[in-house]
Amino acid sequence: MAINQLTVFVENKQGALVQITEALANANVDIRALSIADTQEFGILRLIVNNNEAAAEALGDLGYIIKNIDVVGVKIGDAPGKLSKALDVLDKAGINMEYLYAFLTRTERHAYVVVRVADNAAAEKVLTDNGFHIITDADIAKL
Amino acid sequence: MEQRYYQPEIETMPVEELKKLQSEKLVKQVKHVYEHVPYYRNLMDEKGVKPEDIKGIEDISKLPFLTKADLRDAYPYGLLAVPQKDCVRIQSTSGTTGRRVVAFYTQHDVDLWEDCCARAITAVGGTDEDVCQVAYGYGLFTGGPGLNGGSHKVGCLTLPMSSGNTERQIQFMMDLNATILCCTPSYAAYIGESLKEMGYKPEDNKLKAGIFGAEPWTEEMRQSIQNALGIKAYDIYGLTETTGPGVSFECSEQNGMHINEDHFYAEIIDPETGEVLPEGSKGELVFTSLDKEAFPLLRYRTRDICVLSRKPCACGRTHIRMSKPMGRSDDMLIIRGVNVFPSQIETVLLKEGYSPNYQIVLDRVNNNDTFDVNVEMNPDQFSDTVGGLTKQEKALAAAMKTMLGINPTVHLVSPKSIVRSEGKAVRVIDKRKLIDNNQWKG
Repeated sequence: MAINQLTVFVENKQGALVQITEALANANVDIRALSIADTQEFGILRLIVNNNEAAAEALGDLGYIIKNIDVVGVKIGDAPGKLSKALDVLDKAGINMEYLYAFLTRTERHAYVVVRVADNAAAEKVLTDNGFHIITDADIAKL
Repeated sequence: MEQRYYQPEIETMPVEELKKLQSEKLVKQVKHVYEHVPYYRNLMDEKGVKPEDIKGIEDISKLPFLTKADLRDAYPYGLLAVPQKDCVRIQSTSGTTGRRVVAFYTQHDVDLWEDCCARAITAVGGTDEDVCQVAYGYGLFTGGPGLNGGSHKVGCLTLPMSSGNTERQIQFMMDLNATILCCTPSYAAYIGESLKEMGYKPEDNKLKAGIFGAEPWTEEMRQSIQNALGIKAYDIYGLTETTGPGVSFECSEQNGMHINEDHFYAEIIDPETGEVLPEGSKGELVFTSLDKEAFPLLRYRTRDICVLSRKPCACGRTHIRMSKPMGRSDDMLIIRGVNVFPSQIETVLLKEGYSPNYQIVLDRVNNNDTFDVNVEMNPDQFSDTVGGLTKQEKALAAAMKTMLGINPTVHLVSPKSIVRSEGKAVRVIDKRKLIDNNQWKG
């Protein structure tokens, strides 16, 4: 069920993000969502894209360290309180999040939230049980 | 300054007499070693040298060298020349299992070592009226025990502070009117800054002299310490393999360190060929312990590059002077007073599952060494969380601390991001610029 996130190690060097986004553009990869966690020395770039293989190849060629990991994608209504409700469900189930980020879509009146947890299946189950819709790579590809 | 000597008859002995004394001691020492140290006897036999071939100090170049590798091979007892029951102490370098040096001492050896330190303290003006604060580390490290013993011999009131706890150091210094400070130069500089931060002026303390060694330092650093503490700052040199600090020391002239050559005979050799070079040449320093009993190393290669000078010194001492070490003939680094080989970093990385692609960056900020290690990350070690990567950096730093005894700051970097010149990675970037005395003429 989970969706695939491309994770890239980026040293805090001038021009690194330009290089990465250019490479993705040249490979005709569309970025659906992007989040950066950074420290003084390095950043961790997390990407949801329409074509993981092409993106991984393009960045791998440039020598970047890449990791494909599965994260939980959940569809929530684009209205106040919806995110809080989803998080509450996870919290009550005792599921800790490492990080999360959200993105909006162009077509639907929905927001998508990407959640990184230790146990994807458990998170997906409680969210589904509480009426949330879990998104898949196929959903991402359609965006 | 009025010249005082701890052992005037030896320290000002005419050079010809000194040579005679060295000759007598060497002949006796070579016999002692040949009889009691099979490891060195084998080296002599391989070279075809018998104790009878050594008739005086001029024959010393016939003897084989000892290196750090020999010390490793013979660890721990292989170079011990007396029964263990005659030993009263060990001291050890901070190195790793592979490189650690354990040196043994009889009471006679401890005495001669402490005499050497007493000479150094007396040379900077120390008497039994002085209060000597020893802020070198105590324990296996030779700094604390050596200066502590020397201070006792001179009759100073000794403050055995050991290193660290700067606030307490300063409190004792001020309350008990310390007059002589012994520690590493970087710690002296740190104490100076702390005094200033606490609102003290240089003239507020009673210090008159400092004896600072165990790491390289420059003339600029000397000036800055002298100004900050309102003292004269003197260098002292030594290594665990010979005894510890006090192998040589600066006198009032602050121009090179007098080698206690009644105990330690110094040669300068070409590090490539092993050939002995004439006085005044720059080369690798080699020491022979002339009268130590337990751990008498003959022709031990220090890997320190320096120059010797027998030009007469205004202080009246006749013992030969050495320049500050100007570099190393191997890749050893001295960081915060600790000996570090880049290969030790490599060992840790391989053990922890990292590729051995690293770079050591050294700098000196506020007279303290900074020690950074950049490590190229392996794809399979990449974590997608900041916490995960920070944890890896900390774990690596902790493993290096265990290996080296000092704490580096570890930075994970992208693969192949470490600069390679001609295909070979540059392993060490040392920005400290410590070698300022290449022009030393003695």
